[in-house]
Amino acid sequence: MNVPEVTESSVESAYLALRTDAEKNGYRLNPDAEFTKNLVRGLLKNEQRYGYHSCPCRLASGKKDEDLDIVCPCDYRDNDLEEYGACYCALYVNEAIARGQQKVAPVPERRPPRSQRGKAASVKVTSTTAMPIFPLPVWRCKVCGYLCAREQPPGVCPICKATKERFERFV
Amino acid sequence: MLYALSTCQWCHKTKVLLEELGVAFDYDYVDLLEGKEQDDAMNTVERWNPSGSFPTLVIGNKRAIVGFREQEIREALKV
Repeated sequence: MNVPEVTESSVESAYLALRTDAEKNGYRLNPDAEFTKNLVRGLLKNEQRYGYHSCPCRLASGKKDEDLDIVCPCDYRDNDLEEYGACYCALYVNEAIARGQQKVAPVPERRPPRSQRGKAASVKVTSTTAMPIFPLPVWRCKVCGYLCAREQPPGVCPICKATKERFERFV
Repeated sequence: MLYALSTCQWCHKTKVLLEELGVAFDYDYVDLLEGKEQDDAMNTVERWNPSGSFPTLVIGNKRAIVGFREQEIREALKV
């Protein structure tokens, strides 16, 4: 594969932009700046070679529609932050880790294995009571959980800026 | 044998640890392989680690350690 190197200045500016954006939205980046910049370099490299910034710690297929769940921020970030204090690659961490009060521990892979991908819907309504009939469908952003009732999902999530394709029909 | 990704920082830490421990090991950056080579590598990774995640360290064709589990790796490689 003949891919040009990602430059230091592009890593630096992407890192600063990501950090500002994360903090504006209530997230924290890993305080280990060198580690985090290497992850950002991986994101930029993936953008270059696959056309989308998939998780640097997961193998991308090269087909965007198969990898939407691992385009950073991935669909698994919030659950992993909640359970392990860090997302899978540890780009995003909780407050205690960001402050250096807690260490990052390995996060087990939450993404289904290759053989099981795309089979089960990620959200199942388990309630036994009949759903009320809403005049509009409800769409859920798989990245941040934002819900909205409208004919179509928004082009960009107003909360986390994930694109339209990251939305699923919720109700 | 270390199965890793060239962009993964946990894979990188694992490789550095193995180098530091001075053990002989081979490694593959599976993301840099193509076509059948990548398929074969993935099938091997999944045999040891059904989630197919990285790093997967296969020790002596006997056991696998998934993820950068420093203590576990150090103990497994203790002579």
